[in-house]
Amino acid sequence: MHSVVCIKQVPDSAQIRVHPVTNTIMRQGVPAIINPYDLFALEEALRLKDRFGGTVTVITMGPPQAEVALRKCLSFGADHAILVSDRAFAGADTLATSFALSAAIGKVREDQPVDLIFTGKQTIDGDTAQVGPGIAKRLDYQLLTYVSKIVDIDFGKKEITVERRAEGGVQLLKTAVPCLITMLEGTNEMRFGDMADMFRAARYPLKVWDRVAAGIEDVAKIGLKGSPTVVGKVFAPKPRSQRAEMIEVHDNDPQDLVVTLLAKVFTRHPKIEAEIIKCAS
Amino acid sequence: MAEKFDVIVVGAGMAGNAAAYTLAQAGLNVLQIERGETPGSKNVQGAILYADALEKIIPDFRDDAPLERHLIEQRVWILDDESYVGSNYRSEEFNREPYNRYTIIRAHFDQWFNKKARDAGALVLCETTVTNLLLDGKRVIGVATDRKGGEIYADCVILADGVNSLLAKKAGFHDEIKPRDVALAVKEIHFLPQETIESRFNIGEEEGVVIEMAGKITAGMMGTAFLYTNKESITLGIGCMLSDFKEQQVTPYQLLEKMKDHPAIRPLLAGSEMKEYAAHLIPEGGYHAMPQVYGDGWMIAGDAGMFVNGLHREGSNLAMTTGKLAAETLIELKEQGKAWNARSLARYQAKLDDSFVMKDLRKYRQAPAIFEKNPHFFTTYPELLNRAAHTLVKVDGVDKKSKERSIKSAFVEARSRLGLLGDAFKMWRAFQSR
Repeated sequence: MHSVVCIKQVPDSAQIRVHPVTNTIMRQGVPAIINPYDLFALEEALRLKDRFGGTVTVITMGPPQAEVALRKCLSFGADHAILVSDRAFAGADTLATSFALSAAIGKVREDQPVDLIFTGKQTIDGDTAQVGPGIAKRLDYQLLTYVSKIVDIDFGKKEITVERRAEGGVQLLKTAVPCLITMLEGTNEMRFGDMADMFRAARYPLKVWDRVAAGIEDVAKIGLKGSPTVVGKVFAPKPRSQRAEMIEVHDNDPQDLVVTLLAKVFTRHPKIEAEIIKCAS
Repeated sequence: MAEKFDVIVVGAGMAGNAAAYTLAQAGLNVLQIERGETPGSKNVQGAILYADALEKIIPDFRDDAPLERHLIEQRVWILDDESYVGSNYRSEEFNREPYNRYTIIRAHFDQWFNKKARDAGALVLCETTVTNLLLDGKRVIGVATDRKGGEIYADCVILADGVNSLLAKKAGFHDEIKPRDVALAVKEIHFLPQETIESRFNIGEEEGVVIEMAGKITAGMMGTAFLYTNKESITLGIGCMLSDFKEQQVTPYQLLEKMKDHPAIRPLLAGSEMKEYAAHLIPEGGYHAMPQVYGDGWMIAGDAGMFVNGLHREGSNLAMTTGKLAAETLIELKEQGKAWNARSLARYQAKLDDSFVMKDLRKYRQAPAIFEKNPHFFTTYPELLNRAAHTLVKVDGVDKKSKERSIKSAFVEARSRLGLLGDAFKMWRAFQSR
């Protein structure tokens, strides 16, 4: 069985700051991490490999620095890693990205058929959850989103059974392989790779594919040109003008605290006080 | 099958990177192991880079190293609760290339430095903790790590694992570090727009200022504080001996909060946004607290070996230099076809003795004990100095002779004539002893 896991290197959103004037994200100096949701996808693919054997290929589209992210995936136990990198891809939105990735996965399939494609449920920088479905559509794969568990794979019938988190419950779904799965967070825990994988990752000759190697001829479908998304306006939510007030608690008397709190609320909203008194009397 | 290398370097800080780079550059088969997620992710320093030490390892480092600002001005402040007496040294000479000192942000700098080692051929594994040294009798033959199948062998292991070198302790190379031999420093990085920093500190693009501080801000404890300008941020911090913190029952962050609230410092931080908080131990025990730094198949470099000149706040340059000297020792011995054992590795100690590293550490060998026993250097004198300055500067109808007399009597009253003489002698001994 061959799984392809699509990952993305993203700025650590816990550490990004918004420029006070231009409202754009200041990425400078912010550490790049593997999109956390993608790690659930990778671990799930690795678990299937543990259960049924096979290989795991990790693929990402990004700048040369994304090599770090791929090597990390290799150290977790992925077998192969491909960096799809070309200046022509710059400025891609989800449409152009899913086009480029599906073309690259198409190339991977020329060497070895791909049974499953994994992605995280979404990225933490774009939050669109569109690239996974975009790839499935283009490659004509079945699509399973928000998967929380892979129950079984029947290799004879070429069927896969999964659990999918949905509003109000869990769906048990069965579909044909090949298919694309977007993994939900919290469904597994990334392993701590062993030393042999660490060495393999550090020495792995990374494959870097440019546009041509990824099998893309039409430059109008990639990068900024292939991206119909237009950012009209970027704005940051206004901070509240009123600052929160800290109430000091001197002892462990909750009654005191309640009285203090009520007094503060009543001074600010005399109407409430009046209504409560009216109700009480 | 277990992997085998010429040298394993434990740690990817200044010492480890200098060693790994120098070894790899000479064609040795080097493995570097770092427990942090990336090189530099666990490393804390002020941080000022002294160009000289790095230049001797990577001469053209200025071409691509992530440097914040080169320093053109040094301010020294002796602080009272409400005031400071200070001196400034600023020179255009520091504005001429090649620059001598830079502010850096270690998280960025260490990644660059480590990349140099990797490009030179060192193999680097991160997120891996060396848990034990593998021994054959007394001889170190490799390391064990926290990963499955994690035993790796080497002819020599360089311990550059930082101040609290648990490995060296576990192997019995030195005892647990004592609270009186380490300082605990805390620091914060505050974001400020580049233009604000430049106008606030009276500096141009890429120029930087250092403020070194001592006095009452350390609440009578042996320590100092600092404030550095980065490109788009200010780093400030304060550190005191761990034993003092323990005794005084003061927490480091309380000191830092108080420092930020000092009337001379508050305006420098106005409108800033705190980006990072870090704390770290600094080995400041000096010459007398240094452990044995080499043996059969092992060497110690950087903080792990107490290579810090606390008085001059130099550490990273000592780390780089010791890392480089450790590497060069191995390279030379290998070229001469000699084995790396306790006897041959004594050459490392000889190299250290011959360098500024040991010369400086020996020169200041009395300093830690003198300052430790005389806390008034950090309280009484700053106060006296500030009051003296206040008396002299204030125009209030009192004649100058009376002012001088009152200053003099304040000093005598606080320390007595003999005490003053003794303090002067101690100061001289701390700095001049050889």
